Amino acid sequence: MSYLYYPGCSLTGTAREYDLATRAVMDAMGVPLTELEEWTCCGASAAEACSELLALALPAINLAIAEKMDGKQDVLVPCSACYLNLKKANETLRQDGKTRERVNSVLAEKELTLKGSVGVRHLLDVLATDLGAETVRRKVKVDLSHLTIAPYYGCQCLRPYAVFDDPEEPRSMEPLIRATGARVHPWQMGAKCCGASHMNTKMEVALELVHAILQAARGADAIVTVCPMCQMNLEAYQDKINRRYGDVSSVTILYLPQLIGMAFGISDEDLGLGLNLAIDDRFLSKHKTAVPA
Amino acid sequence: MTLSPPSRRESGAHPAPEALEPIQEKIRACIQCGTCTASCPNEFAMDLTPRHLWRMVLMGETEAIFASQTFTLCSACYSCTLRCPRGLPLTEAMHDLKQMAYRGRMARYKPSTAFYGHFMDTIRRHGRIRETEFISRYFMTMAPSKPLLPLGYSGLGWRLLRKGKMAIEYPFAAPGKRSLEKVFQKAESMEASE
Repeated sequence: MSYLYYPGCSLTGTAREYDLATRAVMDAMGVPLTELEEWTCCGASAAEACSELLALALPAINLAIAEKMDGKQDVLVPCSACYLNLKKANETLRQDGKTRERVNSVLAEKELTLKGSVGVRHLLDVLATDLGAETVRRKVKVDLSHLTIAPYYGCQCLRPYAVFDDPEEPRSMEPLIRATGARVHPWQMGAKCCGASHMNTKMEVALELVHAILQAARGADAIVTVCPMCQMNLEAYQDKINRRYGDVSSVTILYLPQLIGMAFGISDEDLGLGLNLAIDDRFLSKHKTAVPA
Repeated sequence: MTLSPPSRRESGAHPAPEALEPIQEKIRACIQCGTCTASCPNEFAMDLTPRHLWRMVLMGETEAIFASQTFTLCSACYSCTLRCPRGLPLTEAMHDLKQMAYRGRMARYKPSTAFYGHFMDTIRRHGRIRETEFISRYFMTMAPSKPLLPLGYSGLGWRLLRKGKMAIEYPFAAPGKRSLEKVFQKAESMEASE
């Protein structure tokens, strides 16, 4: 089992800890990742709001790079927005020959051609489906049974392409969380929208959505995410939301592979735990205890 | 058509009804059931409900559509697309409306179009996003109408800089080795001739 790896822009900057933790956890499970050579931006949520052709061509560049490197391995993508853009381009261009020709005329500027031969996989899909909870459980060295974790899936890892889980009531994170020893916080907000880039253009609207999510997380020790945009919206505006609504307290927000890595006994530094914007001291290593043999 | 940020040329005009035809094709089978409205997390902030917006699109009411903020409030959660009993690509149709507002340089959508435009301009020059460069340019464009906008994000910016998750960047850096200039030029010339 091995994958090509598309980190995407966020994972080189504001979501560096997601990149660190993904690499550390995959390494611990013996899964090699090969980063795409000279990858470029997938267009994020901007391309689709500006140009239909670029919204397909920008992700297609990276799919074509993957095909050139190795036409067989799947491309693993941790960011849900990147994942959807790559997935959508792949599905659209596999089915629609005319659009594939148009996109390939654009890709010719970079001496690339897309055939549609590689698969695109979200990190959660790979963890839940290819590796599975049992593989995770076998690697657990640290007891996290004192923690209750709220799984937050957001939108774009399961909508509109419901590949590996139910798009309205997803459960795929639950066995993985239980495998770490932690309990699952029961809630209905796992697949609700965080407001995405509204946080930058229509902040009041996004704050309302994040407020509802944080409120429902009451009782959980942490929320885990699988998307840099969700992570940032949930972790970075907690003070603002508390000043505005006065009824939420701060809660730790972790990336899923950070939680798994903590259970594996991987160091705080290798998981980038110092980079999170909302993290309680209890999640740092001096407060953890080893599972008795 | 050009993809440069909309600040350079703005217009208050709305497009001709014929411009809606490709979107009308996509949503022709709409039965006005309102499942989209009931599924939308942002509906509480919209002036037209999604159902109402699709009716306006089918009736070619460009004036009403482009007086409304509804499509800019779509956060692409795909709930409506997933639930639509006619299986219509509603999120994609929202993107089409966003693209029309972007191409038309419509002043009333500037917070969104300037944000997306500067994002696209940054990756055009550098191939990947440069957060500080992109956000600085966005704030500069918004400054005449919203001079205090950066204050809402200054605390976060400082935290990100301190943690080394964002770098201080010169907002007018020359294009780098991953420049996508040729890709953008080709896409623009193709879209202009279609």
